[in-house]
Amino acid sequence: MSRVRRPSARPSELLLIWLAHHLRSARESLRRLFGMPLPTTMTVAVIGISLALPATLYVGTDNLRTMTGRWDQTAAISLFLRHEVDSDTARALAERLRARPELARVELIEREQALAEFKELGGFEGALEALDDNPLPAVLALYPGPDHATPEQLRALEQQALALPEADFARMDTLWIERLQAILALAETATLLLGALLGLGVLLIVGNTIRLEILNRRGEIEIMELVGATAAFIRRPFLYAGAWYGLLGGLCATLLVTLSATTLQGSVSRLAALYGGEFRLAGLGLGGTLAVVVTGVALGLVGSWIAVGRHLQGAEAH
Amino acid sequence: MIEFDHVHKRYPERGEALSDISFALAAGEMAFLTGHSGAGKSTLLRLIGLLERPSRGRVVVDGRDLGALPRRQIPLHRRQVGMIFQDHRLLADRSVFDNVALPLQVMGYGHREIGRRVRAALDHVGLLKRERATPVALSGGEQQRVGIARAVVARPPLLLADEPTGNLDPELSREIFELFERFQYVGVTLLIATHDLSLVARMPYRIMTLADGRLVNDSGGW
Ligand SMILES: Nc1ncnc2c1ncn2[C@@H]1O[C@H](COP(=O)(O)OP(=O)(O)O)[C@@H](O)[C@H]1O
Ligand SMILES: [Mg+2]
Repeated sequence: MSRVRRPSARPSELLLIWLAHHLRSARESLRRLFGMPLPTTMTVAVIGISLALPATLYVGTDNLRTMTGRWDQTAAISLFLRHEVDSDTARALAERLRARPELARVELIEREQALAEFKELGGFEGALEALDDNPLPAVLALYPGPDHATPEQLRALEQQALALPEADFARMDTLWIERLQAILALAETATLLLGALLGLGVLLIVGNTIRLEILNRRGEIEIMELVGATAAFIRRPFLYAGAWYGLLGGLCATLLVTLSATTLQGSVSRLAALYGGEFRLAGLGLGGTLAVVVTGVALGLVGSWIAVGRHLQGAEAH
Repeated sequence: MIEFDHVHKRYPERGEALSDISFALAAGEMAFLTGHSGAGKSTLLRLIGLLERPSRGRVVVDGRDLGALPRRQIPLHRRQVGMIFQDHRLLADRSVFDNVALPLQVMGYGHREIGRRVRAALDHVGLLKRERATPVALSGGEQQRVGIARAVVARPPLLLADEPTGNLDPELSREIFELFERFQYVGVTLLIATHDLSLVARMPYRIMTLADGRLVNDSGGW
């Protein structure tokens, strides 16, 4: 059997031709996508939303983690003092507590100070004016040292503090943080699950889009096979199309996430201010953006790969 | 160049389309394949281009036993066989130039080489001035000549044509056959299916006649 001849060219020349063909395929695929703007926009938008949903959830839980992480360090017991305790007694008590080794820091918020802070929040001036007396108690914020901050130790500390004659009631900030963290862990699992489901959705969307494209171009594909196109040659533009869809979808997703974060920033700042803090929402960041875009490209490639494998058997004699 | 050895082709739903076909076509020969509609002409050509495989028997093209050719090699085989169809099979959304360039692109030729060869092929069929046109802007005869330019652009040693003049009036048909004669003149092997008997009979070439899937008459060869 005689070998089938290939066009004679040096290896380096063949490599250049091969590269040029890839470039042409990629450009041709992109031009084709832009040639049908409406369907392309729809597909890209669906991919973008599918990727943006888990990414947004991820960013959300990530931000909450940062927030609670910050509170974690300041896990404290707020000890509300009895109404009749005057400020001298309160100061003396604070001083006594500061001497205790398990407490790293003790902060006294006196009644007048509490009232002033409360007024600053706004909206309550009328209500407070109506009262003759300052209704707010003095509060001691007890910050345990890092070696005395396990939940058990905190509870023990709370019991001791409550036993003080000046104490009215205490509130521990740890319980809700623990709950929040359990919820966060749940949310993270849910994000993963949702991400996997929507990723599957993206595969199906790209796969179906490429399938339709293959059906649309049946005639062209047959002619290419007729003149001796290899299976790889015929597949290439479709694989590039899938990668382009993924890339555009990924970029669309990062845009959506950034847009949501920017929109939410205002409300978050206001909320943080209410808690006497300041909080800047973190967006996707460079790593996150890259991850979303790379995920998009990978899903697009795999989706088109599946479609191409199922619907393009390549040149074949029946 | 082509050798058929007791070839059968059976379609499950239709029975034998070709029965026990044996012939040889020498390199550089030009032959016509005639027969009534449904006689098996297209089927025979499709076996040579490896668009189908025989149910039984052996087909050898240019020394390659097609039955032993791995699937991977099918595209490479097709590059050695120029195929021309009655309905031209052109891409309607591409220019004449791009249509003719297709085999070269598929084979990985560089830009400049493609331009050179496509223009040479278009010049050959007299369509050099229409390279920017789309196929729909051309007449039937011109479209067929674009199809021919595409078939010869990679200079395959073998050309197959399936009723290339089926839609053309006698004058245009004659022009097409003259074109084929010119290719034969430069050493290309041609096998042309046609039922344009009046035209074929006047030319000094081998005529093979199929009837109901059998080779009933062969004016040359064995
Ligand atoms: N793909 C196919 N499936 C089933 N039957 C076919 C197929 N192609 C051709 N045939 C049958 O084989 C016979 C020969 O067809 P064909 O080679 O097209 O004849 P011709 O080209 O001489 O008109 C016909 O009876 C036709 O119906
Ligand atoms: Mg036919």
